[in-house]
Amino acid sequence: MLQLRDIAHSRTGDKGNISNVSVIAYRAEDWPILVRQVTAERVRDHFGTMVRGEVLRYELPQIGALNFVMHDALGGGVTRSLALDPHGKCLSSLLLTLTIEPTHT
Amino acid sequence: MKAIRIGTGAGFSGDRIEPAVELAKHGEIDYLIFECLAERTIALAQQAKMRDPHAGFDPLLERRMRAVLSVCRDKGIRIISNMGAANPVGAAKRTVEIARELGLTGLRVAAVQGDDVLDILSPDTFHIDEENCALRDFNKQVVSANAYLGAGGIVDALVAGADVILTGRAADPSMFLAPQIFEFGWEMDDWTRLGRGTLVGHLLECGGQITGGYFADPGIKDVPDLARLGFPIAEITENGNAVITKLGGTGGCVTAATCKEQLLYEVHDPKRYIQPDVIADFSGVEITEIGPDRVAIAGGNGFQKTGSLKVSVGYVDSCVGEGQISYAGPGAVARGRLALDILHQRMELAGICCQEVRGELIGVNSVFPQAEPADDAPGEVRLRFVVRTDDLATAARIGEEVESLYLNGPAGGGGVTKSTREVVAIVSGLLPEGHLKTHFEMMEA
Repeated sequence: MLQLRDIAHSRTGDKGNISNVSVIAYRAEDWPILVRQVTAERVRDHFGTMVRGEVLRYELPQIGALNFVMHDALGGGVTRSLALDPHGKCLSSLLLTLTIEPTHT
Repeated sequence: MKAIRIGTGAGFSGDRIEPAVELAKHGEIDYLIFECLAERTIALAQQAKMRDPHAGFDPLLERRMRAVLSVCRDKGIRIISNMGAANPVGAAKRTVEIARELGLTGLRVAAVQGDDVLDILSPDTFHIDEENCALRDFNKQVVSANAYLGAGGIVDALVAGADVILTGRAADPSMFLAPQIFEFGWEMDDWTRLGRGTLVGHLLECGGQITGGYFADPGIKDVPDLARLGFPIAEITENGNAVITKLGGTGGCVTAATCKEQLLYEVHDPKRYIQPDVIADFSGVEITEIGPDRVAIAGGNGFQKTGSLKVSVGYVDSCVGEGQISYAGPGAVARGRLALDILHQRMELAGICCQEVRGELIGVNSVFPQAEPADDAPGEVRLRFVVRTDDLATAARIGEEVESLYLNGPAGGGGVTKSTREVVAIVSGLLPEGHLKTHFEMMEA
């Protein structure tokens, strides 16, 4: 079993109470694994109670990237959240702990 | 084909100053752009201006200008920045004073205005998206309202010959788009080129975040010499395509991976990156390494703008009280949890009125609330207890309750800190762009 961190890198951004997390394949041949295994549902489950709204996934095949947009995910918004990391900057590193099946099928 | 070089001088208000000086001296750039406004900066700056009419612009403006003005004048580099914050005219006046002290006679400084819309928002028709209500029904003390201006006002100031342009709230990419429109003569409805110019602006706006900053993960993503990180340069041709690079000899790296991370930073639907000037389309962007620290960017696109501007409304939301205390050694996590239990009970027993309560152990679950400590639980934890209250007096009681754990809580707690703050928060809505007028005031040193 692999971790997502073994095949992809990630960065988090914030706008108001919405967090977006990119997941970018290091190698083009791993892109289909991301598409198949890193679904919006899995990302939502992974973050559990932290993300209260819907999670949308956008695909950018030409750069081997997914972009997850997570609504109601920043404790009411960057400017009023009580969290130590109000921007959710750390979420990208947490997402990279997702487990991945090392297969192309 | 005509080409220009744009450098980023700052990606946030507290950014390092030396990389901007290096770019001005050795980067052979035509424009140096400082992006210094976060979401709530203007609301805080507006409060500062209410206390002192000469304040309200970026506190680092003076240091940055003193560091770069002379060399930029020597080399013909024009400066664009949103360091005007809540007071672009005040920022421009201060810049002119500094220019005179430095002997830069004749330097022209423009203040772009029009973003402050507090007085023109209609209480009935301006809709606050987060609260789904009209401004009239938003039951909070509003302290500021600023529209995200597009490139137009900056282009006008460039046409008029400004050497330095200071804005208040402008869309970050628009500060980078404006010199491209001016230099290449792009029409304001050339959506493809405006989309490409916005793409370049988006890639540059966070400074070092595209040259290897915010990227390193030792052993997996190594970045050389982050202490001397170089800021980015874009070489842009008049068709809107660009190469992202940095100054030789500086730290960091520009690779396809650093560019991909920045491409999606703070982006939602990559087909619709909504900006005042255009809806940029990043979905077909191609990113190619063409040499060491040189990455080609192509395939950006754009669609007709919405005609509306986003407005950020700053308001006094609440107060927050916080206390922290450390536990260490065997059983640190258990003692921290016991202390949290006590604090939760104390809120009720002491009759402290709380809007929202958050208790956590730093080192265990402060970032990820569901996290459970592994078998090798941390040898030390720091309890953090934070509460939203109606007023500062109540907020101050949170730190007092944490401090009382010294004599009344679990064994071995140490290092209490406590704080209170008033929260100025931001909500937003849309304003038809025809409702405001952008203009600039030119001053000369």
